[in-house]
Amino acid sequence: MIRFILNDKEVGTTLKPGTTLLDFIRYHEHLTGTKIGCREGDCGACTVLEGRLTGGRIEYRTIVSCLTPLGNAAGKHIVTVEGISGDSLNPAQQAMVDHNGTQCGFCTPGFVVSLTCHSMQNSPSAPQKAIDAVSGNICRCTGYQSIRQAAITLSDVLKEKDPDNPIGWLVSQAYLPPWFVGIPERLSAMNDQSAAIPSSGTMIGGGTDLMVQKPDDMAEAEPVLLFDREDLKGVNRKDDRCVIGAAATATDIMHSPVMRLNFPRLEEYFFLVSSEPIRNMGTLGGNICNASPIADLVIFFLALNSELLLADNKTGEKKTVPLEDFFQGYKQLNKKDHEIVASLSFPLPGKNTAFNFEKVSKRNTLDIASVNGAMMIRTEEGVIREARVSAGGVAPIPLFLRETSRFLTGRPLNARTLREASKILDQEITPISDIRGSKNYKRLLARQLFYAHFLKLFPDLFRLKDLTDQMPDE
Amino acid sequence: MKNIDSISHVTGRSLYVDDIPVRTGTLYGVVFPSPTAHGRIIRLDTSGAEALDGVAAVLTASDIPGKNQIGGIVPDEPLFAEEKVVFNGQPLALVVARDEHTARKALRHIRAEIEEMEAVTDAREAHQRGMLLVPPSTFRMGEVETAWDQCEHIVEGSTESGGQEHLYIETQGSYAYMMENGHLKIRSSTQGPTHVQKAASGVLGVPMHRVEVDVTRLGGGFGGKEDQATAYACMAALAAQKLNRPVKVILHRMDDMRMTGKRHPYSADFKIGLNKELKIIAYKATFYQNGGAAADLSPAILDRSLFHSTNSYFIPNTEVTAYSCRTHLPPNTAFRGFGGPQGMFIMESAIAKAAHQLKVPARVIQQKNFLRENDRFQYGQVARNVNIGKCFRLMDKTWQMEKIAEEVARFNVKNETEKKGLAIMPVCFGISFTNRSMNQARALVHIYQDGSVGISTAAIEMGQGVNTKLLQVAAQTLSISAERVKVETTNTTRVSNTSPTAASSGADLNGKATEIACNQLINRLRKTAAGILKADWKQISLKDEWVLVEGRRSKLTWEELVKTAHLDRVCLSEQGHYATPLVHFDRETARGEPFAYHAYGTAALVARVDCIRGNYSFDKVLIVHDFGNSMNIDIDMGQVEGALAQGMGWMTMEEVSYDAKGRLLSNSLSTYKVPDIYSVPADLQCIPLPARGPKAAILRSKAVGEPPLMYGIGAYFAIQNAIMAFNPDYEPDFNAPMTAEKVLMRLYA
Repeated sequence: MIRFILNDKEVGTTLKPGTTLLDFIRYHEHLTGTKIGCREGDCGACTVLEGRLTGGRIEYRTIVSCLTPLGNAAGKHIVTVEGISGDSLNPAQQAMVDHNGTQCGFCTPGFVVSLTCHSMQNSPSAPQKAIDAVSGNICRCTGYQSIRQAAITLSDVLKEKDPDNPIGWLVSQAYLPPWFVGIPERLSAMNDQSAAIPSSGTMIGGGTDLMVQKPDDMAEAEPVLLFDREDLKGVNRKDDRCVIGAAATATDIMHSPVMRLNFPRLEEYFFLVSSEPIRNMGTLGGNICNASPIADLVIFFLALNSELLLADNKTGEKKTVPLEDFFQGYKQLNKKDHEIVASLSFPLPGKNTAFNFEKVSKRNTLDIASVNGAMMIRTEEGVIREARVSAGGVAPIPLFLRETSRFLTGRPLNARTLREASKILDQEITPISDIRGSKNYKRLLARQLFYAHFLKLFPDLFRLKDLTDQMPDE
Repeated sequence: MKNIDSISHVTGRSLYVDDIPVRTGTLYGVVFPSPTAHGRIIRLDTSGAEALDGVAAVLTASDIPGKNQIGGIVPDEPLFAEEKVVFNGQPLALVVARDEHTARKALRHIRAEIEEMEAVTDAREAHQRGMLLVPPSTFRMGEVETAWDQCEHIVEGSTESGGQEHLYIETQGSYAYMMENGHLKIRSSTQGPTHVQKAASGVLGVPMHRVEVDVTRLGGGFGGKEDQATAYACMAALAAQKLNRPVKVILHRMDDMRMTGKRHPYSADFKIGLNKELKIIAYKATFYQNGGAAADLSPAILDRSLFHSTNSYFIPNTEVTAYSCRTHLPPNTAFRGFGGPQGMFIMESAIAKAAHQLKVPARVIQQKNFLRENDRFQYGQVARNVNIGKCFRLMDKTWQMEKIAEEVARFNVKNETEKKGLAIMPVCFGISFTNRSMNQARALVHIYQDGSVGISTAAIEMGQGVNTKLLQVAAQTLSISAERVKVETTNTTRVSNTSPTAASSGADLNGKATEIACNQLINRLRKTAAGILKADWKQISLKDEWVLVEGRRSKLTWEELVKTAHLDRVCLSEQGHYATPLVHFDRETARGEPFAYHAYGTAALVARVDCIRGNYSFDKVLIVHDFGNSMNIDIDMGQVEGALAQGMGWMTMEEVSYDAKGRLLSNSLSTYKVPDIYSVPADLQCIPLPARGPKAAILRSKAVGEPPLMYGIGAYFAIQNAIMAFNPDYEPDFNAPMTAEKVLMRLYA
């Protein structure tokens, strides 16, 4: 039995844990405000709130219910548009009405839920943050100008919010129904996870890949749910390394103090990784084990000399594998079926070390990369002491560019080195033509993103034309 | 006035087809699509699926009691493929089961043996092979062949523009159930309820009066549900009739993308001639429209490409020929702009190429050739109340185009890794269905005895706000509070023989019919009031829910008047019928006056290209749009903003992609990208042109659904200009959409 609180009501179901939360909401609970747009997390029409208790406090995040295995809702508070609609409109709803942010209305509940979630956060609002809250919502009618205005107005209203008690404030203003206040107590009183956890079967984290790839199979499956495993969570510093649990989500990583401290541009990079609800769901372990050749997080961590800790589900034995050796061929992993990725760790960047991540896709945001790439580089007095370069979308696996990295190491940091390195890079990659671009494009783009690392990290040293113009001696 | 659905939208209470509470015993249908684009059906074995627990039936062509035919203009489209398949995704069968999951699983147990034949996916190739959907059309004016002699500059070239997926967020869907005595009710997400009714009656072999179609609202249409909602409604109806059970057919997104047609890709050749003063003297072009496997609405779309082939310009000598080519792709269909955008892209490409060769900005050529009052369109209609020049001048006065051009040039000198480009896009778009008979509508208005009012029309609400506008028309004409008026669902038993809600004409046609009905009711009520107040009925008027005698308020209220009229046995219901006056067009001679009026506007777009990575964004879009006297500026601005984003998407990131065998590669939202909130211009300003709207427009408020889409065409040329600023060797080519891939390849070509 999977039990959770849906809006103000405790629900229990014996449906398979691989059923989508969306189908449960719409066709079993008959809450039709949550819409079906794409069933692959790319439109946001099915966005709902997931509230969970952490340290006695409740935190709400947006998730797409179409990719959420019902089992992942266990012990949580799930809120649909019906749940946030009281007798009067909340500020998100009012702003959408006032600015004409709704036309056909089909995507609207998703936008409203996303904006309401923004209202419920324990941090002050800002116009751009309110706009970013709808990064996972697609509208085909409005052209977004009115929605952007609504988000800005909302942010203005939220200046009044008490950031220490946003829910309390929203309830006191009659913006949320009063029962919201009692939810933390009800959740902690709930006997969550009463179902036995199966030890074998398909392993699933946030569902953002598996639920897209085989939803019909998953609907009948008894998957091993990893998303809420406390032992697999956390982003922590351990001596000179950073250790990230496999069930940490992209959002967890993005918000972690240790990552933010070491990667000042972290938000900029993660802004390119999917959308807010998908980042709230997608786990590091899932991104690694799905083994997509353009996995953003994998490309990111390949450049950081990461290693994986694998745990044997049967024997409990543990071992480490360098991330760059984990991918053996297209979707082939260097791991046994009963081994799970428990965590990833990497040495924190030291002095004189710089890092950059790049990604280009057809749409700049909420899209899968045509090519992505990352680089970590340590320089001293104009010489490259260490370089690690990775690229995605250019091989059957997320690629650590071993030869290119080796070539760079020890060489002077100048345009000639980079131009020569780009030739090695070109030999190291084997892109194919597909929906994300022709192979010639991907070759050119891989080179450009390689140059982009240097143009961004060393703006005073390089000019674009010095790198890309044909030189007479070449 | 805000959209009347706003509150129910933001609270999630608005109902769409899939939200209708289901009846007991409802079954779910899932389509089994052809895995092949072209081939002979050897065998279709559905027994494996039928044997599964939970499967009620698998329906194929042989289960159809009437005609296996749903073609609108040309009867060339079967509901289920028989003998041959002509596109990948063509429906072969419908699995009906107790739930969607069971039906979907059953698909795996259907065996289709198809002898594969060669598939043609390219319009020019189809043309060479003589595969045409209808005979070609040519529009001519003046003498093109002799006009080249008067030209100082002659430029030739070719263009490609891609398809576009509608991506209404609500997929195609219908819910059908039997009432009593063989009466069938269909709740459909369609823009064309009568088309659904007619096609379903043909498929089921029953008269039209047995089929009732009811539409509450659509979660987006954009033309994609004008003709192509019909198939799925007919399937639900067929299954409901056959099994005597309620049946729902809601397409999965990937099925919708794979099975339904899109905006037509066009391939074209052009030749343009200008004199010394940069006046365009002659324009000759050939269009190859990729129509897909059946005619659908392609012939009408082809015509509109011709109507708009010279956009906002007067060109004395033109000859444009268009071929509607039959290929093995899903039948392409209506999409906001309806062929107009494709024709305009070709015209603008010709100007851009000429401008590049003559080393002048395109805007110079554009301005010199704008239509003027009493100029003749190439189809014979005389241009009246021409506002294109006014729009451009107001735009220039407000934002100063030369200043923007200088800013862009300065930016480009200063910046190595980013370049900007400016483009101007003028639009002139004809309003009316070009098929004369479709320019009619009816409205049924009831005044209930308590003074409240219900309106039924043919208009379909799909986000464009037509119901809000109808409500405004009724409230204003009856001079009563908006709260008293309700817009009913669109239902074929209340308003029959409807035209689809399309061609931007929904508010005009249905609004006029509503106005007529309301005026007739008012006149009747004035007579009643005259009797009560012992005055001449001509002295009576109604204002703000009061009866006035010679302009002075009497003691009689709206409510009292209505109540009395009812007791007095006065008919409080009226049907208004409207047919657009004057419009006509003769396809044989390609001459006539097809449009009630034209909508105008101009836009300036500034693109910013990242020359390292090849991606781009838009700094600003500045628009002057001719709304006439907008009756609801909130709604009309929303149409401009939404259409612009859609047009820019078509020109930039939206890339419909098939493989050589006609299999759709861009078959999901992860592979087909539409604009998100970060893709649209950071700074969008639109100001209405102060101008009196034409009488033919409802309350003189011009139709607005489609025209602004074509501002998006400027996105292509703005990016192109930015590329040229980085790579002087780049010879402009015309192959939309301008994806990030194309940009990067051109920056480094």
